[in-house]
Amino acid sequence: MHSKSIVELNDGLKKGEFSSVELTQHYLQRIKKLDSKLNAFITVCDDSALEQAKQADQRIKAGQSSLLTGIPYAHKDIFCTDGIKTSCGSKMLDSFTAPYDAYVTELLKKDGAVMLGKTNMDEFAMGSSSETSFYGPVRNPWNTACVPGGSSGGSAAAVAANLAPLATGTDTGGSIRQPAALCGITGIKPTYGRVSRYGMIAFASSLDQGGPFARSAEDAAYLLQVMSGFDQRDSTCVDKPVPDYTKSLGDSISGLTIGVPNEYFSDGLDTGVAQSIEQAIKVYEKLGAKIKKITLPNTNLSVPAYYVVAPAECSSNLSRYDGVRFGHRCDDPENLEDLYERSRGEGFGDEVKRRIMLGTYVLSAGYYDAYYLKAQKVRRLISNDFKAAFSDVDVIMGPTTPEVAFKLGEKTADPVTMYLSDIFTIAVNLAGLPGLSIPAGMVNDLPVGLQIIGDYFSEAKLLNVAHQFQQETDWHKQSPKAFS
Amino acid sequence: MEWEVVIGLEIHAQLSTKSKIFSGASTAFGAMPNTQACAVDLGFPGVLPVLNSEAVTMAVKFGLSVDAPISKRSVFARKNYFYPDLPKGYQISQFELPVVGKGSIDIELEDGESKTIGITRAHLEEDAGKSLHEDFQGKTGIDLNRAGTPLLEIVSEPDMRSAKEAIAYMKKIHSLVQYLEICDGNMQEGSFRCDANVSLRKKGAEKLGTRAELKNINSFRFVERAINVEIERQAEILESGGKVVQETRLYDDALNKTFSMRSKEEANDYRYFPDPDLLPLEIDDAFIEAQKKTLPELPDQKKRRFIDQYALSLYDASILTSNKDLAAYYEQVVDASGKQSKLSVNWVNGELAASLNKENMQIAQSPIKATDLGVMVGLISAGEITGKIAKTVFEYMWNGEGDPLAIIDKHGLKPITDSAELEKLVDDIIAANPKQVEQYQGGQQKLLGYFVGQAMKVTKGKADPAQLNQLIKKKLK
Repeated sequence: MHSKSIVELNDGLKKGEFSSVELTQHYLQRIKKLDSKLNAFITVCDDSALEQAKQADQRIKAGQSSLLTGIPYAHKDIFCTDGIKTSCGSKMLDSFTAPYDAYVTELLKKDGAVMLGKTNMDEFAMGSSSETSFYGPVRNPWNTACVPGGSSGGSAAAVAANLAPLATGTDTGGSIRQPAALCGITGIKPTYGRVSRYGMIAFASSLDQGGPFARSAEDAAYLLQVMSGFDQRDSTCVDKPVPDYTKSLGDSISGLTIGVPNEYFSDGLDTGVAQSIEQAIKVYEKLGAKIKKITLPNTNLSVPAYYVVAPAECSSNLSRYDGVRFGHRCDDPENLEDLYERSRGEGFGDEVKRRIMLGTYVLSAGYYDAYYLKAQKVRRLISNDFKAAFSDVDVIMGPTTPEVAFKLGEKTADPVTMYLSDIFTIAVNLAGLPGLSIPAGMVNDLPVGLQIIGDYFSEAKLLNVAHQFQQETDWHKQSPKAFS
Repeated sequence: MEWEVVIGLEIHAQLSTKSKIFSGASTAFGAMPNTQACAVDLGFPGVLPVLNSEAVTMAVKFGLSVDAPISKRSVFARKNYFYPDLPKGYQISQFELPVVGKGSIDIELEDGESKTIGITRAHLEEDAGKSLHEDFQGKTGIDLNRAGTPLLEIVSEPDMRSAKEAIAYMKKIHSLVQYLEICDGNMQEGSFRCDANVSLRKKGAEKLGTRAELKNINSFRFVERAINVEIERQAEILESGGKVVQETRLYDDALNKTFSMRSKEEANDYRYFPDPDLLPLEIDDAFIEAQKKTLPELPDQKKRRFIDQYALSLYDASILTSNKDLAAYYEQVVDASGKQSKLSVNWVNGELAASLNKENMQIAQSPIKATDLGVMVGLISAGEITGKIAKTVFEYMWNGEGDPLAIIDKHGLKPITDSAELEKLVDDIIAANPKQVEQYQGGQQKLLGYFVGQAMKVTKGKADPAQLNQLIKKKLK
């Protein structure tokens, strides 16, 4: 049952081959049996999931089903869920239950999707390995000694291990694409403004964007369809009609121009990964695409610019966690200062504190121009690089990450090394572009991700380009043995 | 040494929108604590601000009324600091690019001259909540009902040279925002607040002296007193060769003193940066033009019209137009009086103003309806009642009896015009005062007043003094 595509699941539900309750029970049992090896879930919602499934079954029976009615999914614990704990992977919010749904949660509910539980993640989405979670690290289903990537590691691991057919994620600097790559699944970060950020706990507001994880581009199209759309409660959300993402999945890509940036094949790239990507590009050539070498000259500036902008925004976004109204509060504060210092000191982990300090520093009087303003200028340069590229090519392709999944603890001691695992994904966030990652090979029995970047609001095209590859190859069909 | 006082004001006008500047919660004053704060106002995780367009409209109206350019593109910025009544840990304000640019406004000085005060800028921002230190024994209560209430911060140039000028400016802005119906001006409820930057410099010096910022002064009277005691304090320091420290000071009205709140060194580094949750605010020409058309008659325009149309003195017109409600009241009085504009102003700025003042009431609370007062003024000018009777009628109206004609009827205040009745009355007085009659006829003409007075006394003021005059003169010939 858990190897079925969304099309197959919908078909089975409609034909009455199985019910949503049965399907949900199947996944809940798998989570119960297997998640102890992965730690992908923070909260499993047995009761509410079965209740939602029951309602979905009624809807299906009444012939009123929508795209994901009765289909289970795992929700990143960064999306607020009314009445269900939303921790953001932090001790700070361990006791927090939102009294409202995120817009994405609302849309999924409305569509009749069944929420299996809330997935583990790097604390406040700050990390590239899902090791900074207050709830302990997530493990990669392909090799549990390895990380699944981050920050949406729980969601990626859950889909890769068939604990959920679909999962949500958020991507601020690569947090969907990098774990998708490391776990061998499909993940798409939409154009900034495509998916509402309302109720999605902010890390860096100008970069954060929600998106789907799935085993295939086709499955991802279904979830993205439901997650997308204008929400007037998010001022940065774009009021633009959402195309039918599944409709264009059959389009031919003959004549498509693929840009391959020199900068993405530099020294830091693992040779095995490089070979896989080159092979993948050859598949596209076979499908009639034209390959064009391009240059994105400011690529090397993206990581430094990101580590100014993102911490600056996060230092301000995380000020609300002060122990006054919700979340962690220290015991017996002596005075206001003590309340702030200890509540925040105890509630936040090291990586979060590091970024708050970094962000506070770059916004300080006397440093603002040199760091924050400069980073904004770099951001513009990076956008211009892409703009120039997209006047010549339809999509850009390269590796999602410089190497395959690394071992737990391997990079925790050196933040800069860790930050560099997002070197190919970060620029896309800085420019606000959509990007996706699909599995495109294996190195040392670990998946390699191919990143496909498109112009603004070209999600339909990206999904089809990915889908065409998945019609020719079966990397996306492989599953880690222990979880197949 | 002679010192020149330099004052600039930062006025916070609470915009009278129905909902908050970035959320849908109500802005009504006086609700139970924390009942008018939604998840956005509480700064809950994941919630986002959405700009209230009504607040923007109001800011634009203000800008237009002080001849300031409206920014086609302005930016909301975060002002970061920690305080329990600031839920998000930052205030959304405008920093580098405010919605209203440089404008100006004219104030009238006591000598009748007018002076132009520059307005540096006006920007939109959200208010914080309130920290309540009383009632919680060693703890602090937080009420977030006010959090997110829209404010227009109006920053003046350091153009004022005395507390009196500062007050005149403040009153002018106070009047203007009420004319524009963008702020209710209620200072007790904190809808209109003021911080004053005060410094001294040697007379004739170019460079500004070091300033102190006075906070928390919430009435016109306190602003004047606070500025004056601060001027004294700074003058004393400078006279004794000391240096004024740049700091924020609080005014204590009970002690009539200012106290240091925090020095420049202790000041927060607010780490302003553009709020990534809000797009830049873009305002097009069509919108500005549309707002121009909705602007009401502004105080200065109204004042000029009153002088022209009603032939009022600058002084009277200034008083009447300083308050939109008062001006409207006056116009109603004039209409009901049969265009007796001068007599009307005497009653409105005289008797009525004095009575309101005594009871500390606003014109809107006046127990006398403008139409009633107007009718009364009309009766006076038609000679139907005397000024003296009018005062009695006014008393009854003040006590809520309404219609002056009914009052006159009910209390028997009709004037005695029957000449036979008057003649009899005069005859009685003459008969009762032989000595005075003798003196009058002996040449003491001024005794005429005495007889008229006696007659007025007997008639309780209901006779027409001129008619009496004539009659007595005739009788004593």
